[in-house]
Amino acid sequence: MIHVIAFYLFAVMTVGSGAITILARNPVHSVLWLILAFFNAAGLMVLTGAEFIAMLLVIVYVGAVAVLFLFVVMMLDIDFAELRAGFVRYLPFGALVALVLLAEIVLGIGAYRAGSLDLGTPDGTAAAGTGLSNIEAVGALLYSRYLFLFEAAGVILLVAMVGAIVLTLRQRSGTRVQNIRKQNMRRPDEATVNVKPESGKGVQL
Amino acid sequence: MTPFFQSLGMSYDWAWFVSTICGILLIALPLMLAVAMIIYVDRKIWAAMALRRGPNVVGPFGLLQSFADGLKVFLQETIVPSAANKGLFLIAPVVTFTVALMAWAVIPFNSNAILADINVGLLYVFAISSLGVYGTIMAGWASNSKYPFFSAMRASAQMISYEVSIGFILICVVLWAGTFNMNGIVLAQKGHLFGIINGFVFNPLLFPMWVLFLISGMAETQRAPFDLTEAESELVAGYQTEYSSMAFAAYWLGEYANVLLMCALNATLFWGGWLPPLDIPVLYLVPGFVWFLLKVFFFFFVFSWVKATVPRYRYDQLMRLGWKVFLPVSLLFVVIVSGYLMATGHFA
Repeated sequence: MIHVIAFYLFAVMTVGSGAITILARNPVHSVLWLILAFFNAAGLMVLTGAEFIAMLLVIVYVGAVAVLFLFVVMMLDIDFAELRAGFVRYLPFGALVALVLLAEIVLGIGAYRAGSLDLGTPDGTAAAGTGLSNIEAVGALLYSRYLFLFEAAGVILLVAMVGAIVLTLRQRSGTRVQNIRKQNMRRPDEATVNVKPESGKGVQL
Repeated sequence: MTPFFQSLGMSYDWAWFVSTICGILLIALPLMLAVAMIIYVDRKIWAAMALRRGPNVVGPFGLLQSFADGLKVFLQETIVPSAANKGLFLIAPVVTFTVALMAWAVIPFNSNAILADINVGLLYVFAISSLGVYGTIMAGWASNSKYPFFSAMRASAQMISYEVSIGFILICVVLWAGTFNMNGIVLAQKGHLFGIINGFVFNPLLFPMWVLFLISGMAETQRAPFDLTEAESELVAGYQTEYSSMAFAAYWLGEYANVLLMCALNATLFWGGWLPPLDIPVLYLVPGFVWFLLKVFFFFFVFSWVKATVPRYRYDQLMRLGWKVFLPVSLLFVVIVSGYLMATGHFA
């Protein structure tokens, strides 16, 4: 009973906030609706018993990725008139993308109904459990059977990170850089002088 | 509590529903009272360290000061700036306040006093604490005012930076405990050192992690010395500059609820939670929640102490500490701890 209510709540909220994400005029509102969509997707994950994936979804997407999105979008100065100007020009291309996506969805549902996918069964029952908790099951699989792929993914991410740093790092001459060690080594008696000026005369430093 | 309500003649679904609601109220209402009192304690400690008296007028020893303040803000008018984004402006304090209460669902107060004993408890805490930043960002952006906006920028950068190292610190704890379940982590600390001292903090490999966690916790909750988000000499009052009345109070309460949560996490993850400090049968006569609350109060005292004595960091120092000191050190300790546990056959 409560599962059904929760499912429909989360599902409606996910689809609804997903729709508002693309319909909202203000990009900051869009990102916030996107966050709500992530949240409800996490709720759906909990309902299917994949609580580890749900928590990762919240930690990675809501806690890190969406914050950076918001960070960038908030600082952009977006001219809405200019954005809408290209609407007609890009309309055929947009329609083509929409058509492809629609075809994919239809094909996907068709294939799923035909029962050719291994993810579950068409009548909605999930694949048989192994008796392990989520984290143990993921860990056992990730660090044994898919160890190579897992490590390869890590290396690719590392390369991407190094690439991003290389692209943005530029050496500029003439900039003043703080030497933290020097700052920490500084003592009050070498940074300040105690002078007692005569009245009416300035101080020569 | 579910069996109790079932014995009253309810079906299982309803008994579960009612007992969960009761559990939430049993945590949230005392927590709000605790927040009101802890604000008073904070002011008293701060005053004592500055050789002042602190609040001492309302009620005996000024004990009712927080309630008087609460009543005052409750009766004030809520002002929404005309240029503000109204919806977001009003939602932001609600988000902060709700998120501050949500994480308490998985904190074990005693061996069986835990609202949701889920097996991803620590991940849940981490997920919820990473949400705290939204209340701040939304407030800063929706206020449409430069000081709150600067503050929100600072807050989001700061919280993301320190969350990374907190994540690695938590991994060290989880590796040693072998579970993400909060009660499991507490039980794993039983007799941790020489079979008699409870708590991961007495482990030489985890002690540095606790120090990092304490400092990161201060940065994460934007307490002094990392309170750059509300540096009043630069940013008026930070992201809550435009807020008045109950919306302001929601930020205030949420902030202190977050500080208490950090204290509770310190107690649970490193100091044995509801376990007594020594694994001696006599000490178990004292109820577990008493030990837990004593530990939480001690850490709150440390937080106040730091607030009263340590000057505020410069922003570049804050970022350097997070990314160039805490991140490499905590990463190194993940390697050391997992290596040590593998070498000693902990996982076998």
